[in-house]
Amino acid sequence: MLTHFLGVLFDGIAYGSLLFLISVGLSVTMGLMNFINLAHGAFAMLGGYVCVWAMSRLGLPFLVSLPLAFVASAAVGVVLEQLLYRRLYRAKHLDQVLFSIGLTFMAMAAATYVWGSSQQPVNLPDWLTGQISIGALQVGAYRVFLIALVIVITALLGYLVERTRYGAQIRAAVDNREVAAGLGINVNRLFTLTFALGSGLAGLGGGLGIDVLGLDPTFPVKYMVYFLLVVAVGGAGTIRGPLFAALILGVFDVAGKYYLPESGAFIIYGLMVFLLLLFPAGLIGRRA
Amino acid sequence: MMPLRSPVPNNLSSRHRWRAGEIGFWLLPIAAYFMFPGYLILGSQILITGLFAVSLDLILGYAGILSLGHAAFFGIGAYTAGLLAVHGWGDAFSGLLAAAMVSAVCGFLISFLVVRGQDLTRLMVTLGIGLMLFEVANKAASYTGGVDGLSGVSMDKLFGRFEFDLNGQTAYLYCLAVVFLLFVILRRLVHSPFGLSLTGIREQAKRMPAIGANVPRKLIVVFTLGATVAGVAGALLAQTTQFVGMDTLGFPRSAELLIMLVLGGTGRLYGGLVGAAVFMLMQDYLSGLNPVYWQFWIGLLLVTIVIFARGGILGGLERLQELLMHHVKEKARK
Repeated sequence: MLTHFLGVLFDGIAYGSLLFLISVGLSVTMGLMNFINLAHGAFAMLGGYVCVWAMSRLGLPFLVSLPLAFVASAAVGVVLEQLLYRRLYRAKHLDQVLFSIGLTFMAMAAATYVWGSSQQPVNLPDWLTGQISIGALQVGAYRVFLIALVIVITALLGYLVERTRYGAQIRAAVDNREVAAGLGINVNRLFTLTFALGSGLAGLGGGLGIDVLGLDPTFPVKYMVYFLLVVAVGGAGTIRGPLFAALILGVFDVAGKYYLPESGAFIIYGLMVFLLLLFPAGLIGRRA
Repeated sequence: MMPLRSPVPNNLSSRHRWRAGEIGFWLLPIAAYFMFPGYLILGSQILITGLFAVSLDLILGYAGILSLGHAAFFGIGAYTAGLLAVHGWGDAFSGLLAAAMVSAVCGFLISFLVVRGQDLTRLMVTLGIGLMLFEVANKAASYTGGVDGLSGVSMDKLFGRFEFDLNGQTAYLYCLAVVFLLFVILRRLVHSPFGLSLTGIREQAKRMPAIGANVPRKLIVVFTLGATVAGVAGALLAQTTQFVGMDTLGFPRSAELLIMLVLGGTGRLYGGLVGAAVFMLMQDYLSGLNPVYWQFWIGLLLVTIVIFARGGILGGLERLQELLMHHVKEKARK
């Protein structure tokens, strides 16, 4: 019973860390640019497709195709940021929502056109399939890999934001964009870089998530709620907030599906409404 | 001696006077009834969707509440009317009234959750509630028919005389009458002091309390009203198509509704009707194409509207003019 519970907890944490990886970029761009980007899931989807394409067409190994997914999504992020997003930073939230819904629709239609509407398979290398036993606990090897990778990436992100010059500039711009620009920080370039990083991480998450979340053209809409939820509950503009929120959501979602399969998606939506009402500004408010 | 009038009521009464263009606008659906008898079913759908879009305009265009789950109320209305008719209550008008009341109660309860937060929170809460209701309809398949939809909706004759025929004549006139009646009421409302205070909240929610406006209460009222009208629209759809599908509750319907509204233009009531008509005629015309392409073009249209033509076609023209003026000035400087 207890080991079963621990197994569910473990799966939930793996699921949550994947959600975190995809959503953290959304959190930073939302905090930095106050931009409601519903199309964030489309970048994750792109990463997933690039990953599948690199493995099946180019015959690259899984671990090589993951950085490729990161690079592709980041590159598309830069292009779209320069061409389109930039024009809407000061627009009303309604315009941003409409724009990003439009972008999502286009991405979904394009994905259907290129890759078809079916689920994409992913062939994981042998060492990532099967189970690993930790004490009495049997856990999926891929889940362990996922959690380990996300821990490494989170540590790197934390270092980047807390310890480097770039991170200090981000924190300054999140707190007050005008003053940061007045101090000589090139805010526009900062936005572009951050958007690229966020999109790239989403793409990486999309590639990593094929085995867990699946991959088909409805991906951006199917998981849009989850990504937004992580940011809205965690509080935009931080790294710790979304991390907490993603882990909570991941554990609750997986536990709900294991123990109360009848309730379906209720748990996650109910939790979301509940948390949003309790913490309208997010679990962890950003300290100015 | 003539009593002096303050300028504000004067202004208000001139605002809500019917203009010739509006009367002409409402003659169009009547003309369509005689000119396109083969398209009355599509016509009813346009009227219903138009009413639905107007209900969103009320809360989004006027009060500025960002909602991604407005289809929830459309679906509540549709299922209420549909279930009543399935269980033998075939009277159309009382069915409509019941649907209005159920969606009003739901809208009132949900409004408390919605008025609290800011844009992002509101968006998430409305989205979450919409998805939850979708799950309810999905899980309660024994009542709602689940993914197969609710069929077997049979309506009595209207006034005991006019049957809902296959050509949709009765349905069209029934929809037109209900939509027009509700529109007249809503038009009156948005031109009243209450309507003006909603615009004030949209533009500057922080300053409205300073002139004595109870912002949360006004938002609750308008959200409830928007939900009620959406419920009536849903009930009309259930009664005239005699079927309720789960797509009435889905996220795509809420998203499409937003698209129609911005296509027509927000904050002017007619925008919803025009947007719905243009969108649905386009969809009907392009339905021979692959639906995937349709989705792509809709996405492109949306991105284009937001970037180049904010506020509909008029807004786009204004921007173009500004751009030209700017260029002229730059040249003069050189």
